[in-house]
Amino acid sequence: MTTSIMNAGKAIRPENHTAQRIGKVLLYVALILLSVVTLIPFVWMLSSSLKLDREVFEFPIRWIPQVFHWENYSLIWTKAPMLMYFKNTAIVALSVTFIQTMTSSFAAYAFAKLEFKGRDTLFMCYIATIAVPWQAYMIPQFIEFRAIGLYDKLTAIMVLQAFSAFGVFLMRQFYRGIPTELCEAARIDGLSEYGIWARIMLPLSKAAIATLVIFTFIGTWNDYMGPMIYLTTESVKTVQVGLRRFIQENSSDYHLIMAASMVSLIPVSVVFLCLQRYFIEGIATSGLKG
Amino acid sequence: MSQYTLSREAKRRKGSLERKKTLVALSFIAPNFIGFALFTLIPVVIAVFMSMTEWNGGKLSDMHWVGLSNYEALFAVPQRYIDRLDNPNFFSILGLFFDKVDLGIALKNTVTYTLITVPLTLVCSIALALVLNKAVKGAVAFRAILFFPYVSSTVAICVCWNFMMMKNGPINQLLMLFGSTFNKTWTADSNMAIWAIIIVSVWKSMGYYMVIYLAALQGIPRELYEAATVDGANKWQQFTHITLPQLSPTTFFVSVMLVIGCFKVYDTVALMTAGGPGRATKMLVTYIIDVFNAFNYGSACAIAMVLLVLVLSVTLIQFRMEKKFSAD
Repeated sequence: MTTSIMNAGKAIRPENHTAQRIGKVLLYVALILLSVVTLIPFVWMLSSSLKLDREVFEFPIRWIPQVFHWENYSLIWTKAPMLMYFKNTAIVALSVTFIQTMTSSFAAYAFAKLEFKGRDTLFMCYIATIAVPWQAYMIPQFIEFRAIGLYDKLTAIMVLQAFSAFGVFLMRQFYRGIPTELCEAARIDGLSEYGIWARIMLPLSKAAIATLVIFTFIGTWNDYMGPMIYLTTESVKTVQVGLRRFIQENSSDYHLIMAASMVSLIPVSVVFLCLQRYFIEGIATSGLKG
Repeated sequence: MSQYTLSREAKRRKGSLERKKTLVALSFIAPNFIGFALFTLIPVVIAVFMSMTEWNGGKLSDMHWVGLSNYEALFAVPQRYIDRLDNPNFFSILGLFFDKVDLGIALKNTVTYTLITVPLTLVCSIALALVLNKAVKGAVAFRAILFFPYVSSTVAICVCWNFMMMKNGPINQLLMLFGSTFNKTWTADSNMAIWAIIIVSVWKSMGYYMVIYLAALQGIPRELYEAATVDGANKWQQFTHITLPQLSPTTFFVSVMLVIGCFKVYDTVALMTAGGPGRATKMLVTYIIDVFNAFNYGSACAIAMVLLVLVLSVTLIQFRMEKKFSAD
């Protein structure tokens, strides 16, 4: 019985080999096709951004423009204060990322490693609000912000994003994986709780912090709804609402809109390409535990 | 006597130690919790009360209690429509609610959008994950490419898709090659507008869920496939009898996330169709924003509560089912 199976295996092996090779080729063809389909809007965006407005909808599509109109990319800066939008967004995204990461990992340490009365109740508050969509409470929040003078201020967008329950949850999950004995040993050695957090927990949680940093940075950079509700003055607008205004004001300058859109994608693309490993691995682990 | 005072002393010391411990712990939590309580917890509580008031955002003293009348107004079918019915019964009035009343239309559109987007995204992300899960050279690069739409700005990609789906845009041109006669701008056509939003949503989020599926695929024990091969199962049988069942907890989790995400859809709709043409793509959140922009704050909060109830019931189902999954 055993030999017959082995013989059968031997008999089909050569055929199997070519079949495998064909399979491999098909796999690559499928992957390349899928990638092309995924990237086509970006390619079209890039190609249109280098054309004249009347060339954008030419039929059939000319993927490579006859003449490259690089001047589109210098024109957009004169049509809207793009640089200011970038500066504002950078300020918001960097401060949100900093506050979020620091306060979350600080709080997560207490939730994961310290014992005190009311810990679980307090943590339940956090968990419960993860399930509550922001859209359900954004109106009272808006009124609150307006009452304390944050309406139309960049600070509003910072505060809006900086204290999310998600950050605390993510960091706590990670800290729970670090052995408590480490903290106890440090305590015996006379390290204060703050010392343990700064010198043991923080260095050990680089991967989790990297994930949280990228999540927060990209999320804040791309946020549209928050700035749309809060920001009206030109000088405080972020890239997303600024780009939206640019689109509305130059609605038939398709080529310029595409150029401005291209530019707006650059910072996040750079961050993503440099740190994509942390981002994707972070989703794979935290997403599953959700 | 002395022993008694000693133990009291010890107790006192122990108590103060406990207090100190709690204080240290609270000092860790405070920076985040103060922000969290002020800007999330309190607004959540206020939202419930505000949905039972009427207020135009002016002076706070103008706010007044109206009980459930905001909800009544949202769910009410105007009498003039009912009068026109030949045979007014519960079902025909419910039909009117979903056809004529703003909230009904927003609910119908949101649910339609959800029912199409969720399965499409699931199928696409599983397919992508299966292809990427094979050991291929450049898997990291392919993964990054397929993931890229997820991190790109919604404003930029929505305007790009809008242009591509214009009357004489590249997508209609391409479809024409396949014999389509559709030559309208997608987002201006009341039947196609929702499809435009669905296509962009699926395209944008499939890479994200692909990553989750990839992790899940790598968790399936190889022995299962080896055993199946020995038993003579072909690839398709292996897929339906091993891969899919093994992925089911992930599929459940992803579906819940997707459903909640779909209920909250706003950016794509606001940027592509603004809820139009007419009310063809009016969603729950676009409706909230419309009412909010019209300064009907109480009413907007009431719609927000409808959204909250929907999202919380999905979460509750998730909790129940997850217990079942872990019990199995």
